[in-house]
Amino acid sequence: MPSFTLLAQSVLSGIFVGGLYGLLGLGLSLSWGLLRLINLAHFALAFLGAYLTYTVSSVFGLDPLWSLLIVPPAFFGLGVLGQALFARFGVTQFGSLLVTFGLTVIIESLIQWIWTADYRRLESAYGTASWRAGGLFVPKAELFALAAAVLLAVLTWAWLRFTWVGKGLRACAEDPQVAAAFGVNHRRLALALSGLGAAFAGVAGAFVALIYTLAPSQIYAWIGVVFAAVILGGLGNPLGPLIAGVAIGVTEALTMALIAPAWAPLVSFTLLILLLLLRPDRV
Amino acid sequence: MRRPRVAPAVLLTVGLGLLLLPAARVPAFYESFLYLVFHWVALASSWGILSGFSGYFSFGHGAFFGAGMYATATLLSAGLPFLPTLPLAGLAAALFGMGMGAVVFRVRRLRGELFALLTLAVTFVFATIVLNTRIDGGPGVYLSAVPLPRLAGSATATLYLLALGIALVTVGTAYAVYHARWGAGLFAIHDDEDVAEVLGVPTYRYKLLALGLSSGLAGVAGGIHSMFVTYVTVAETFSIVVPLYVVLMSVLGGARHWLGPAIGAALVTVLMYGVTGGQTAVAGRAAVGLTLMLAVLFLPEGITGFLTRRRSARPVVTTLDMAQPVLAVAWNRPSRVAGSTLLVCDDVRKTFRGVRALGGVSLDVREGEILGLVGPNGSGKSTLINVVSGHHRADGGRIVVGGVDLAGLEAHEIARLGVSRTYQIPRPFAQLTVRDNVAVAGMFGRLVRDRRAAEREAGRWLEFTGLADRAHMLPAALNLHQRKFLELARALASEPRLVLLDEVLSGLTPSEIADATRLVREIRERGATVVFVEHIMRAVVALADRIVVLDAGQVMASGAPQDIVRHPDVVRRYLGKAHA
Repeated sequence: MPSFTLLAQSVLSGIFVGGLYGLLGLGLSLSWGLLRLINLAHFALAFLGAYLTYTVSSVFGLDPLWSLLIVPPAFFGLGVLGQALFARFGVTQFGSLLVTFGLTVIIESLIQWIWTADYRRLESAYGTASWRAGGLFVPKAELFALAAAVLLAVLTWAWLRFTWVGKGLRACAEDPQVAAAFGVNHRRLALALSGLGAAFAGVAGAFVALIYTLAPSQIYAWIGVVFAAVILGGLGNPLGPLIAGVAIGVTEALTMALIAPAWAPLVSFTLLILLLLLRPDRV
Repeated sequence: MRRPRVAPAVLLTVGLGLLLLPAARVPAFYESFLYLVFHWVALASSWGILSGFSGYFSFGHGAFFGAGMYATATLLSAGLPFLPTLPLAGLAAALFGMGMGAVVFRVRRLRGELFALLTLAVTFVFATIVLNTRIDGGPGVYLSAVPLPRLAGSATATLYLLALGIALVTVGTAYAVYHARWGAGLFAIHDDEDVAEVLGVPTYRYKLLALGLSSGLAGVAGGIHSMFVTYVTVAETFSIVVPLYVVLMSVLGGARHWLGPAIGAALVTVLMYGVTGGQTAVAGRAAVGLTLMLAVLFLPEGITGFLTRRRSARPVVTTLDMAQPVLAVAWNRPSRVAGSTLLVCDDVRKTFRGVRALGGVSLDVREGEILGLVGPNGSGKSTLINVVSGHHRADGGRIVVGGVDLAGLEAHEIARLGVSRTYQIPRPFAQLTVRDNVAVAGMFGRLVRDRRAAEREAGRWLEFTGLADRAHMLPAALNLHQRKFLELARALASEPRLVLLDEVLSGLTPSEIADATRLVREIRERGATVVFVEHIMRAVVALADRIVVLDAGQVMASGAPQDIVRHPDVVRRYLGKAHA
C-alpha cells in the first residue's frame, strides 16, 4: 500500500491531467452537442498548436505563453472556415467523422513534414518549475493548464447560459429549421462556435507543448480518453468535459499508483462502457 | 442482386489463375507488390462484412488485424510452425472482436458515431496493453529466424500465395454474406435497426457474428503479415494506417457492395505504390486523407454505388407471374379453434421517465377478430402496440400471444411468434428498394423463407397493396399513401397471426381510406387477427368487431362498436358528441 503522500500526489496529478482532458474536450463537446459535427481533427489542430508553441519558444526564443496571443486567434479563423465548408457541403454527423478523420491525417502529415517524426521537447522555465505545498509538488505549467481549463469552461458556460446566443444554439441543435423560423441566425452562430472550438484547441495545444514531449503519432493517443470525457460529461455542456475529465484523470492516477500503470488506459474505456450500459439516455 | 452472376465467376477464374503465377517464375518484386494488393483486399473486404453492410463503421480494424499479428508472433516465438498459427490467429482476433461486441452491442444507443469512436479507442487501449505486458513488452518481436514453409519456390511466393488465398476467401465470404438472408438482415440493420428487430431480424446475433467473421478474417491476414514484415512492433501494427486505409478503400469502392472494398483496395494500393519511402510517404498519406475527404463529399456511395445506381436507373420490367390470381394469396391458416384467445394483456404497465403511459391495461383479442383501439392522444394506444411488438419492454404485467408469455423475449422472437406491426409514421428501409423492403420482412418473422422465395413472395404483396409498379424504386420516391401501404405490405409479408396497425389511415384522402379499409378486411379474410389504432371513428366503426377505448393509460370501455359510440364516458372524454 503506497504512502498517503504518494496517494495525494497521485490524486493531484490526476486532477491536473484531467484538467487537460477537459480543455481538449471543451471544443469537441460544443461542436458535437450544438453543431452536430464530430470533429476528430480537433486533436490534430491541438497538436498543430502545440508544435507552433514549440517553434515560438525554441526558434524565436519567446516565452511559450506568447503563443496564446497568436495561435488561438489564427485557429479561430480556421474554425470559421471549416464550418463554412461543412455547411456548404451539408455534411452529416457521420460524414463529419470521416471527413475530419481525413483532415486529421492531412494535418498529421503536415506536422511530420515540417517538424519530422522525431520527438520534440519544449525546454522552458515552465517545464521544471513547481511549487511545494505541504509535501506535495505542484508543477507550474500543469497548474496554469488547469486554471485555463476552468476559466474557459466557466466563461463558455456563462456565455451559453446567460445570453440569447446559448438559447439560440440549443434551439438549433434540436431543430435548425424551426429555430430559423423563429429568427435564429444559425449560420452565424455556428461559425462563431466552430471558431471558438478551434481556438480552444489552440489553447489546449500550448499547454500540451509545455507539459508533454511531442510526436505526430501522439495525436491519436488522446482521442479515446478525451471522447470518453466528452460523452461522460454530456454533449454540449461546457462544464461536463472538465468534471468528467478530472474524474477520469484521478481514477487513472489511482489505478497507476495502486494497480499498475499498464492498466490505466482501460479506466476511461470502462467508465464509458459503464455509463452507456447504465445510463444510455445520457448520450 | 438479381443480375446474372458473371462477376464472381470471372473473379474466381482470375483468382485461381493467379495461383499459377509463382510457377511462371516472375520476378519476386511482382509477387511482393501483388502481396500488398491482396493484403489490403482481404483487410478492406473483411471490414466491409460488418461495417459496410450493417453501417457500424469500425475504426478499430487495426486492433483485430494486430491481434492476429501478435497471436502469430507469440505462437511462433513459442516454437509453433507457421501455418497452424494462422487459424489460431484468426480465432484469437474473432474472439477479441466478439468479446468487445458482446458488450458494446448490448448498448442500444451505441450506434454509428459512438461505435466508430469506441472502436478507435479500443485500438489504442489494446495497443497500450500489448506494449506494457509480456505480449510485446516494448522492443517488438523479431521473426526473421522463423522458417517459412515452402508452398512455392521462394519465401515471397509462399507469402504471395497465402495472401491470395485469404483475399479470395474474404471476398468469397463477403459475396456469400451479401447474398444470404444474413446480408439482407445486415442491410436492414443499416437503415433502421429497430424496425429490423421488430420484423424478426435477430439484430444482436447478426451483428456479433458479422463482427466475429470480420475480425477473424482480419486476424488471419494479420498472421500472414507478421511473417511478411518479420519484425512486429506496437507502433507499426496499431498505427492509424490500417483503420484509415480500410475505411478509405471501402468508402471509395462502395462499402455497401461485396466487391466495393476490394475494388477500392486494389485502386488505392496501386496508386500508393508510387509514393513509398521517405518524405513522399508522408505526402502519400496526406493524399489518402484528402481522397477520403473528397470521396465522402462527392462520391458518398463509392464507385460500385455510382455504377449500380446508374444501372438501376434504367426502366425495369416487373416480372410477376400474372397467371397466379393475386387474391388467392391466402396463407395457410394456423390450426386454431375459432374464437379462441390469441392475445392476452394482463395488467400491462409502462412508464417513461416517470410519465405513466400504461397504467395496468388488461384486454383480450380473439383469434380472427378485428379490434379497434381508440382513445385521446397520449392515452397509450401506440405504447401498447410498442410493448406487444417488443419495441419497448413492459415494466409490469403479462402479455401472452397464442399461449406464449412474451416476458423476456426479444422483439425478433416475438415477430417469430407471428406478430407484426406497422408504424404510424412510416419507417421504410431508405436504401432498399420497395420490393427488398417487403422481401426482408418475408425472410424473417413467422415464416423463415430463403431469400429467393421471399423476393418472389414480396412481388405478390406489392401487387396486393397496389405497389407492384414501384417495386424497384427507393422508398423516397413514394408518397405518404404509398408509404403507408408499403408498411402494410411489409407487415403482411411474413404471414403473421396478429397484425398491429398503428394509424394506417391518418393523413389519407377519403378514397385512399376506402382502399385501406378494404385491405384490412382482406387481411382478416386471409386468417390474420387485426388490432388497429385509429382516430377516424367512421372507419373504426365500419371495420371493427369490437372496440377498446383507452384513456390515460387505462381501459375506459370496451364492447361492440354501436355500444361504444353511445358510452357516456367515451362520448364525454373522447368523441365530444354522440356518434352515429
